Amino acid sequence: MATFIGMPAFPEASARAVGDAQLRHNLRKATHTIRARRAAVVAEQPDWAGLRAAGAAIKDRTLRHLDVYLERLESAVTAAGGHVHWAEDAAEADRIVVDLVRATGETEVVKVKSMATQEIDLNAALAAAGIRAYETDLAELIVQLGDDLPSHILVPAIHRNRAEIREIFSGRMASWGRPAPEGLTDDPRALAEAARLHLRERFLRAKVGISGANFAVAETGTLVVLESEGNGRMCVTLPETLISVVGIEKIVPTWRDLEVFLQLLPRSSTGERMNPYTSMWTGATEGQEFHLVLVDNGRTSVLADRVGRQALRCIRCSACLNVCPVYERAGGHAYGSVYPGPIGAILTPQLRGLTGPLEESLPYASTLCGACYDVCPVAINIPEVLLDLRAKVVAGDHRAERLAMGAARRVLDHPKWLALAQRSVGRLRRWTPRHLPGPLSAWSDTREVPVPPRESFRDWWARRAGEEGGR
Amino acid sequence: MRVALFVTCVNDTIFPGTGRATVRLLERLGCTVDFPMEQTCCGQMHFNTGYRDDARALARRLISAFDGYDAIVVPSGSCAAMVREWYPSLGVTPPAGVHELSEFLVDVLGVTDVGAYFPHTVTYHPTCHSLRALKVGSRPLDLLSQVRGLTLVPLGGAEECCGFGGTFALKNPAVSAAMCADKVRGVLDTGAEVLCAADNSCLMHIGGSLIRQRAGVRVLHLAQILASTEED
Ligand code: SF4
Repeated sequence: MATFIGMPAFPEASARAVGDAQLRHNLRKATHTIRARRAAVVAEQPDWAGLRAAGAAIKDRTLRHLDVYLERLESAVTAAGGHVHWAEDAAEADRIVVDLVRATGETEVVKVKSMATQEIDLNAALAAAGIRAYETDLAELIVQLGDDLPSHILVPAIHRNRAEIREIFSGRMASWGRPAPEGLTDDPRALAEAARLHLRERFLRAKVGISGANFAVAETGTLVVLESEGNGRMCVTLPETLISVVGIEKIVPTWRDLEVFLQLLPRSSTGERMNPYTSMWTGATEGQEFHLVLVDNGRTSVLADRVGRQALRCIRCSACLNVCPVYERAGGHAYGSVYPGPIGAILTPQLRGLTGPLEESLPYASTLCGACYDVCPVAINIPEVLLDLRAKVVAGDHRAERLAMGAARRVLDHPKWLALAQRSVGRLRRWTPRHLPGPLSAWSDTREVPVPPRESFRDWWARRAGEEGGR
Repeated sequence: MRVALFVTCVNDTIFPGTGRATVRLLERLGCTVDFPMEQTCCGQMHFNTGYRDDARALARRLISAFDGYDAIVVPSGSCAAMVREWYPSLGVTPPAGVHELSEFLVDVLGVTDVGAYFPHTVTYHPTCHSLRALKVGSRPLDLLSQVRGLTLVPLGGAEECCGFGGTFALKNPAVSAAMCADKVRGVLDTGAEVLCAADNSCLMHIGGSLIRQRAGVRVLHLAQILASTEED
């Protein structure tokens, strides 16, 4: 099974993606299309700024009193006949879900697209326990059949074009169930129909469904999933047992709060005024069983960080990915987690800690252009969090860079030294190399090195003042 | 009106022509320009790379160098944004009256026609920090559109980052170059002779690539176009 474990640091992984012309083309086309759609439906909303501020405020208030709302959610779910489980980390969450599935005696489950189950690598844990998890979201299906990794929050197979999808369906569907029809073309409708027939069999067989949730309403214990295809609704209604794996930050206190997000999310995400399917369920209905697994997995430590905690407002709309010029060229896999793009760059290093070269490289995977902050429906100041994380990265051991930065600061902190340095580069201007040494070669590989001027501005100013004074 | 020029370390050291043009322009518009010699750098490179103590020392130096001025003009969107938007997160109160050049001209002096003459076809790249951090909006375009002889052509995908990002260009060279390539393609598609922006660091990046490609397009800071007259 494909995994994000052991991914190289961002600069290496993204360099590979940059070289892949097909991937670049796929990503550019997809992100620009959805970007334009989002811009249009946001522009038509007369009070988007107000909605956005409300969304941020509700999330902040909820996070401040998270303990209270979580307990409220737990008692509401329990009162409605559901069971609530608490998981401190990924391993515990996996163990709980595996045990719940085992207790049913089943060896197959159907899954609704869910970021939380991806985050805890649930499918691998289930597989290790002899349980086969069937993804039912179209894009997740493509990823699963291709033994691939997701590269986008909303469209996990965004890196694939339809010719590739046709190949994956024709080659792999048979080993997972109903084979693809003979002579399948890469017409989008034909591909969707092949997926529909394949999935229909999975749904009708399944006794256990696993989902995530976009929101959990504390006051009534209601879980909410927004989707486009209707597969999610089949998963949460057909099976006898439903297990929902939800991050603890997905909570909203009341239905009135939920209303704000039901406006923010579809417009930011798919660029629709409203998504086709919104499924809501409260506890268990007669003859069915419902389990809610609430996952921390690093979230409480993010919550403790004054600057970084705003990342927990995220509603996983993926608007920041779609506008990010770095994501567009680097692709999702380079971010080494299920959370790619700008949100991944601030979430992954916080959830996992600055524990390795990948995590330490992510805060630098941005030009700080600010496009992500502009579109974020809950106003997460992603550049601010990136900068804060960078300060934490350099607080570790980075001797060479620290020495260079320290030297630069000492020169810049003394106008006289700066003037001296300027004069010496000015004198050597004839020998400006076309190719710079060491880490600076990254500049001169693709760009010309500017030739320093004969005279710095400050020397010109001093000379001019002298000449005027002499007149 | 008496104004202090914060020329920025990049302009001071590598692009003094932008500083001279700013002085010339402001003096032509009736300002008395001061250049406090104690100024150096706003600290942005250190801050953006994570070296906050170094950045704070440079921020304090800037504050004391410009003590006593009511108006500080900065011919760089990203340095103006550093001072105004980010100093508070270093625990440093930004001085009042910090204006990026186009803001100063339009908002403080109240002019869009600065009496410039520049008979060339120009396209304008709104650099990210001018656009999204300072929100200078259409000010640079309003100024350019009043320049006599100048033909302004719109840049496709103008609002997309050029890929410079300070040390980003060194830490993620592949992505940076890919972004730059797309920006350069956009510039060439306009058919303009000159690419203009209000930030020389971005222009150094895009311009460095244009020269490497022998593309035949010049880059010029906004101040240099606005300072040009018939006499040049
Ligand atoms: S950070 Fe904001 S824009 Fe990005 S996915 Fe989360 S909510 Fe959406």
